[in-house]
Amino acid sequence: MQTLNPLESVTPSNDGVAVMNPPPDAGATSHDATPVLRLEPSTRWVSLQLDELWRYRELLYFLVWRDVKVRYKQTALGAAWAIIQPLFAMLVFSLFFGRLAKIPSDGIPYPLFSFAALVPWTFFATGLAQSADSLVGNANLIKKVYFPRLAIPIAAVMSSVVDFVLAFLVLLLMMTTYYQVWPTAAVLWLPLLVLLAIVTALGVGLWLSALNVQFRDVRYVLPFLVQFWMFATPIAYPSSLLDEPWRTVYALNPMVGVVEGFRWALLGTNTAPGPMIAASAFAAVVILIGGAFYFRRMERTFADLV
Amino acid sequence: MSALALQLHDVGKQYRLGGVRTPYRTLRDTIADSASRLKGRLTGRVPRRAAGDDAQMWALRHVSFSLEPGEVIGLIGRNGAGKSTLLKILSRITGLSEGWVDVRGRVGSLLEVGAGFHPELTGRENVFLSSAVLGMRRQEALRKFDEIVAFASVERFVDTPVKHYSSGMFLRLAFAVAAHLEPEILLVDEVLAVGDARFQRKCLDKMQDVGQRGSTVIFVSHNMPAITRLCARAVLLDEGTVARDGPAHEVVAAYLNSGLGSSAAREWPEPAKAPGTAEVRLRAVRVRTADGRVAEAVDIRETVGVELEYEVLQPGHVLMPHFTLHNAEGTFVFVTFEQSDEWRGRIREPGRYVTTGWIPGNLLSEGAAIIGAAFRVLNPDRSLFWEQDAVAFHVIDHPGPGSARGDFHGVIPGAVRPLLQWTTHYTPGDSHDRDRPAVSVA
Repeated sequence: MQTLNPLESVTPSNDGVAVMNPPPDAGATSHDATPVLRLEPSTRWVSLQLDELWRYRELLYFLVWRDVKVRYKQTALGAAWAIIQPLFAMLVFSLFFGRLAKIPSDGIPYPLFSFAALVPWTFFATGLAQSADSLVGNANLIKKVYFPRLAIPIAAVMSSVVDFVLAFLVLLLMMTTYYQVWPTAAVLWLPLLVLLAIVTALGVGLWLSALNVQFRDVRYVLPFLVQFWMFATPIAYPSSLLDEPWRTVYALNPMVGVVEGFRWALLGTNTAPGPMIAASAFAAVVILIGGAFYFRRMERTFADLV
Repeated sequence: MSALALQLHDVGKQYRLGGVRTPYRTLRDTIADSASRLKGRLTGRVPRRAAGDDAQMWALRHVSFSLEPGEVIGLIGRNGAGKSTLLKILSRITGLSEGWVDVRGRVGSLLEVGAGFHPELTGRENVFLSSAVLGMRRQEALRKFDEIVAFASVERFVDTPVKHYSSGMFLRLAFAVAAHLEPEILLVDEVLAVGDARFQRKCLDKMQDVGQRGSTVIFVSHNMPAITRLCARAVLLDEGTVARDGPAHEVVAAYLNSGLGSSAAREWPEPAKAPGTAEVRLRAVRVRTADGRVAEAVDIRETVGVELEYEVLQPGHVLMPHFTLHNAEGTFVFVTFEQSDEWRGRIREPGRYVTTGWIPGNLLSEGAAIIGAAFRVLNPDRSLFWEQDAVAFHVIDHPGPGSARGDFHGVIPGAVRPLLQWTTHYTPGDSHDRDRPAVSVA
């Protein structure tokens, strides 16, 4: 339906001059240098085309910026939610697991012990949920414009980093003021551990987001997955309950390496999590690469299915 | 010229019909499918899928054409002919099933304006977000920012969240971003349905700019006048294949004559989809001959009635139904308002109305006539809507007496061909003065 008014309409250009005739020799010079892109039916295996993603890095930046900007719009507490979630989980854990069940905590005060794990865990869980839903949530973008689709789940995970930073500051505050615990030199490893958490969230997020386009079941599976995964990760309990070599095998769950790494780097637990972190990193990279290829393979159908 | 901007070779796009009905598959479907396939493999029989489940549909098939750099073509065809699918393939939104396409240069698409806009963000923020989504560099967006905002005329509201914008402002800003992309190849789908007439004019001008700068443009529209005005060449798609490719006015004329185009009667059975406003809603537009038949083709000598059927929804308005007529070249031939002593200045109470305007015979030129139905309300005077290209009909020439052609057999140009009253005065003798015209036209 058009809301137009013929009386205000334009004067007709019926003299034919307005018809856009191709200017003679237009582009003969400049176009020859322009690279040609060939579009063809997709084959089974596709390259990741990370170079293209790099060219679209500004879009990635804007998508992250948009997600951060929009996330807590029209919420009363705003960004405080980023802190409230892990903080309340910590209180509940401290009460039930720490006080009542008397679960050991590697000699660290239980609230600090669990909060140091909940901060990276909350980041992982948020990032995973955000990225799993990202393609479906951005359906109108996917159906309208072309850009490397990988940018969407990546932006979803990266936008959770802001929440993580806020929660992390609370953790630092809690350590240094209330518990008077100071990080050791191992804290230098922390950025790599954060990277490991990002890689894990993104790896699983890529799988789930692409699956979610095809199977909306993912939406219902996700809460269970996150819940089970949390209990399969040493958040409420220490991994030192397990003996080697099982502890390292256990660390094939990449979040085990992240969580134990955080405790070791920040709180100085002497669990020597080197092999665990290595196992976790290995598993995370495998999940990420697999997820990226699966994502790229499914990408061509996104616009039709989403 | 060897360096084609765009070359399509035997392009095909196949959809599963099942996939159309259920836009996404559930896990259960896939597990059930795999199970039956596995069972088939074990028992050595290939399982027959349920009919319809696996039905394939070619949305496009064997589509081949190419564009020189700087060429502006119109892509026309009725709904479902594959126009949008083709644009989606060219803009890489969806993949193709067979054939190939060579694309030279940056492709910008205006498939739907407002891609990437977020209601919570301000106009300023959305300009940057949307331009990044469309593939513009930040430097470029910064440079063009003022121009974009001025083009959309939203200077005062750049720092207001776009959810508070009127739909017109929103669309103007969205179009402005896309229009400033300056791609080598621009794909446009019906954006001219955006905004009021003045903004529409701006959009048309902008598109002409783009064309004259040497960009290649594919313009999809049902607005035949706009197609012939903007494009030198047109491609007609029918059922996923190229039915015709050639000079725009020829292809448009062929489309309108083939019955593929808008027919002589159009009805909107669903009120929600009918054009209209809170005051009045259009329900049907029909072209009728004097004896009441709905006609696609009328003799140039005959009277033609344009019938507007509409519902008045609000009491208390004085309405002015009117319609416009464009020809296939895109010339605005005329607009005409209801004139009747009975209804002049009279309030139309809610209910259903049929208003017919009769175009006298021997007024229109031969060829396609495209009718747009429009409404104004009086006191105060204001335009309600204009449904362009509501219906179309064809005026058929008639050789011999009774029409303005007389005994002339050549091509007659002109937007109208009125049959006039002629008088000739003759004075006998006195024939020295050859320069003086012997015939004077009254």
